[in-house]
Amino acid sequence: MAEPILEVRNITKRFPGVVALNDVSVGFVPGEVHAVVGENGAGKSTLMKILVGAYIPDEGEIIFQGQPRTFNHPREAQEAGISIIYQEFNLLPERTVAQNIFLGREPTRFGTIDRRQLRRQTLDVLKQVGGEGIISPDVEVKSLSVAEQQLVEIAKALSFDSKVLIMDEPTAALATHEVAILTDLIQKLIARGMAVIFISHRFTEVFDLAQTITVLKDGQHVATVPIREVTPGKVITMMVGRELDQYFPGLAKPEEIGEVMVKVENGRNAKLHDINLELRAGEIVGVAGLQGSGRTELAQALFGVEPFTGGTVIVKGEEMRVRKPHTAINARMGFVTEDRKAEGVLPNQPVSDNILVSVRALQSMLRRIKRTGTANRPGLVPELVKQVDVRTPSINQEVQYLSGGNQQKVILAKWLASTCDIFIFDEPTRGIDVDAKASIHEMIRELAQAGAAVLMISSELPEIIGMSDRIVVMWDGRISGELPPGASEEQIMFLATGHEEQEPSQLEGKAAGIEVGA
Amino acid sequence: MEPKGQPQAKDTFMSAITWTNVRSRVRESKIPPVYGILIVVFVAAVVLDAIFGRGQITSGTILTNMVVRSVALGIVAMGQTFVMLGASIDLSVAYLISVTAVMASYLMQGDPARVPLAVTAVFAIGGVVGLINGLIVSKLKVNPFIATLGVGLVLKGILNASFETFVGAVPRSFQTLGYGTLGPIPISILVLLAVTIVSALVLSRTRFGSHLYAVGGSEITSRLSGLRTDRVLILAHVVCSLTAVLTGLFVVSRLRSGAPWVGTDGLYDLESIAAVVVGGTALSGGKGGVVGTLAGVLIFGVLDTMFNQLGVDTFLKQVLRGAIIILAVASYTIRSREKAA
Amino acid sequence: MAHISTTAQERSLWDRLVNGLRNIAPIYVVLILLLIGIGTQNPTFLEPAGFLNLLRRAAPLMVLTAGQLFVIVTGGFDLSVGSMMSLTVIGASLLINNDPANTWWVILVLFGIGIFVGLLNGLIVSYLNVPSLIATLGMLLALRGAGLYWTGGAPRGYLTDNFRMFGRGWLEPFPMIERFPYAVLVLIVVSAAAIYLFNQTNLGKQLLAIGDNPRASRLAGIRVEKMRIVAFVLSAVTAVIAGILQGGFGGVNPDAGEGYELQAISAAVLGGAVLLGGRGSMPAAIAGALALEALFTLLNLLGLPKPLRDAVQGLIIIGAVAYAAYRSRRTR
Repeated sequence: MAEPILEVRNITKRFPGVVALNDVSVGFVPGEVHAVVGENGAGKSTLMKILVGAYIPDEGEIIFQGQPRTFNHPREAQEAGISIIYQEFNLLPERTVAQNIFLGREPTRFGTIDRRQLRRQTLDVLKQVGGEGIISPDVEVKSLSVAEQQLVEIAKALSFDSKVLIMDEPTAALATHEVAILTDLIQKLIARGMAVIFISHRFTEVFDLAQTITVLKDGQHVATVPIREVTPGKVITMMVGRELDQYFPGLAKPEEIGEVMVKVENGRNAKLHDINLELRAGEIVGVAGLQGSGRTELAQALFGVEPFTGGTVIVKGEEMRVRKPHTAINARMGFVTEDRKAEGVLPNQPVSDNILVSVRALQSMLRRIKRTGTANRPGLVPELVKQVDVRTPSINQEVQYLSGGNQQKVILAKWLASTCDIFIFDEPTRGIDVDAKASIHEMIRELAQAGAAVLMISSELPEIIGMSDRIVVMWDGRISGELPPGASEEQIMFLATGHEEQEPSQLEGKAAGIEVGA
Repeated sequence: MEPKGQPQAKDTFMSAITWTNVRSRVRESKIPPVYGILIVVFVAAVVLDAIFGRGQITSGTILTNMVVRSVALGIVAMGQTFVMLGASIDLSVAYLISVTAVMASYLMQGDPARVPLAVTAVFAIGGVVGLINGLIVSKLKVNPFIATLGVGLVLKGILNASFETFVGAVPRSFQTLGYGTLGPIPISILVLLAVTIVSALVLSRTRFGSHLYAVGGSEITSRLSGLRTDRVLILAHVVCSLTAVLTGLFVVSRLRSGAPWVGTDGLYDLESIAAVVVGGTALSGGKGGVVGTLAGVLIFGVLDTMFNQLGVDTFLKQVLRGAIIILAVASYTIRSREKAA
Repeated sequence: MAHISTTAQERSLWDRLVNGLRNIAPIYVVLILLLIGIGTQNPTFLEPAGFLNLLRRAAPLMVLTAGQLFVIVTGGFDLSVGSMMSLTVIGASLLINNDPANTWWVILVLFGIGIFVGLLNGLIVSYLNVPSLIATLGMLLALRGAGLYWTGGAPRGYLTDNFRMFGRGWLEPFPMIERFPYAVLVLIVVSAAAIYLFNQTNLGKQLLAIGDNPRASRLAGIRVEKMRIVAFVLSAVTAVIAGILQGGFGGVNPDAGEGYELQAISAAVLGGAVLLGGRGSMPAAIAGALALEALFTLLNLLGLPKPLRDAVQGLIIIGAVAYAAYRSRRTR
């Protein structure tokens, strides 16, 4: 193995009450893609933040290009040649691409900004990421797509002449084809000698992209191995310490599927058209599609966030106009949104209030509250916390202090509290570690088995294939086709890219080493 | 960079992002939309004046007066724009204007030889007040609304404890600021234009300007990129206070003597904020600019003149002013997706 | 794999006491210190009659702060309450016009006006999306103008004794202390109602949710617009009550409420409310208002000239918020 360009030795980092990293040593080699995996709380983010100077380790040292270094501010690491791209990008939406890339380093002439030079420099780096002709330096970042913004972030890193590029969940918000572009770019970067490090929960990408994989568990270093020496199953075992041979709970049997709970006929609005959809009790309908195909818009239309403007919606036999979330909730619908931080949790409120918020919203505002439940079910909160497996020191803990996975569980508990029988999930396991993922999958299946109708949107094809009793694929604001359970990734992708439904092809499914249990 | 064997999916993707970019490449017009509102308001004023008033609103004198009345508000609104771009706010300007008017008048005592002393002194005071505002907001991390309000109250307290009525006098020579003309154009209008142009250039061409937009857009991102966000905000507050001082000097040059209520009477705090928001700068910072603010100020000028021409009762004017501020801001926010608090 | 800590029951009484003390909002400590300070300057204030007097004078601000907190926890401000107070006094004096028979229906009308103003504020903020800062600032101007317009510029009319009873009257005879100010009675009723609404009903929880994350609240089924309007109505109603109390001790003063809105906001912040919303305590806010009044009383007793009160208030506001910001940074 070649000499590492960046190395951490015996790094320990403590926070009040927890040891985030314990004597961790890893080396990152130039010209290679190195994936770092581990459950939520394993220490991946902390390690990355130490590498870029956002955190200072309590013990241990960082060796960069052969020299011990300390970075007291992310800017120092950036200027030394280590860049990080966070999952939620660090871009200013109202400023232009050029202004974003060279923020704080604007070229000046006679005391004012030299616009021509700025533009030239920007075009230079855009070229290196393959964005020339596609992304203009003078365009405001807010008008770029997520994939384009990511290119801008990478361009920014290159403008610092980075030797090491760290990416946190780079493919989480990308559609499958944007991932292909990113993969190409990363190959180009490592060919130039860059060391690329990335954190990911998506094993398809990890096994596609990385040459080396490091597993962290509970703040400890478990292993660093070449990727060809392991399988996803083995990696997961290292991450959680037990054999996981069954990822997905079984699919519904035909007799378990009941009557139609939600029926949409010719639904349309500004972003959707020709939506004809049925959701039945006991059934999980998976919705697949590329970014921008209208999946979230479909969920939002059903839930009344961005209502349908035309067509009919029939909920449990009654025709309904769902114009606001309150109506949907009254009809016993629940919506676990894509972005839990922005749309799902009340960060400063305790777990109990978060869980009870929907129940209370349906009651009169003058109604007296019960701290841990409702008048009929006073112990509701502790019950649900247990059922959903929320790890929290107390139900009065403010939700903002919980990990992402636990926050997601609190959100699920919120809907369970409202006794919903129609559930919409939008990326239910995004950014969540393997253990919590499996547990959420189980819960979703249990909901269906209890008679609920479930709509599940996901960008992870294995999840769609593993969980859905029926697969609906969207493209360009409409449903491009429907597939039976167990369809292949190719079949789904075919429909997701706008091709008309054809005879089922003979393509084999690539399950990327993940098993579908029975 | 043509990779070999592009599958169809990639094509679709590539064409998708090119299309996005073409659309975004249609540059927004350089003139902020608020100028449209200004035109509408002006036309409405002319029409209403023709029907109900004396029909003189388009006469040269009235129009010039309209703009001159806007100068005071205009100058301080430019400074307020800086602060609001940085996602901050300055509620101390009204009191600072009063302090400036009183101190300038007091120090000048009607003697032209003392003018330089007085002017230097008030700008120094303004600089210190801006510095204090900036420090409290950036270092003590106090909400800018509270911070500048608090400072304003301190200024008010000190002012009221020291002076009760008109103080001192402004010499004739200084009154040219308020009344003088350069040819046909009043000096005051030139001052406003100069302040606007300089502000616009600073915001668009200097690093400070660029950084101010960044800090207003996202303090965290700016900080992570190594910007000295504290300094940027402090400087913005100093700029705002200095423009408040300039307004104070202008006001006192027209009033010929300073009194402790000139700032608050003129509602410079509320109206400068309203003018900035109407002009298109978001309350949350990060976007907008002084060119829009100028239009916002002129809108208020036109409305004020229109009320005068139509002989609207002074108290009713206040009611209307409040209503107009709300409606003007609403005309923006009603379209925005951001829900207000 | 413990899901919920059961240490609450396991912790000793002593531990819980210490923890409780550590979590006590500093405003209560400040309040006690101020009261002691006042006591040293003028011991009559610590006797029941004197203390009740202090409460009586503080009642308008305390009531106002209670109403303001409802708006603050949703992340907004209500800057129109001071002018609403003034308008209440003006309207009362003009409408009652020295005829005691008018008092009761006039009070109803005043509440009606208050509810209307609150509705208007709420509608503008909720449906026109105007930030509450601007909306209520505009309303402040409008109300001030309306008040001036109504009186034609000079204070007119006269307040009858039965109206002023609320502010300056006493309930007598009263066990132990002979007489009990009506104002304090009103204060107690309003405070109790406010605390109940805030802590014990869905209303309080929903307002906190809205301030914390409006989007998530809406998606959870909270009627965000409606609740915001309710908050503004509550705020305006307390402004009317405060105006009635204030009208009781002052004369017909068109500036009766001037500056009160800022004091109310500062008091709420002193009591731990966060201006961005999502966090606040009703008892602490009300205590904050009392603390502010206590401070002004103390300064008065110490001989500080009136205008400097503003300067002091400014410094306090800054200090209180700076301290709160410092504290929140430390706990993160």
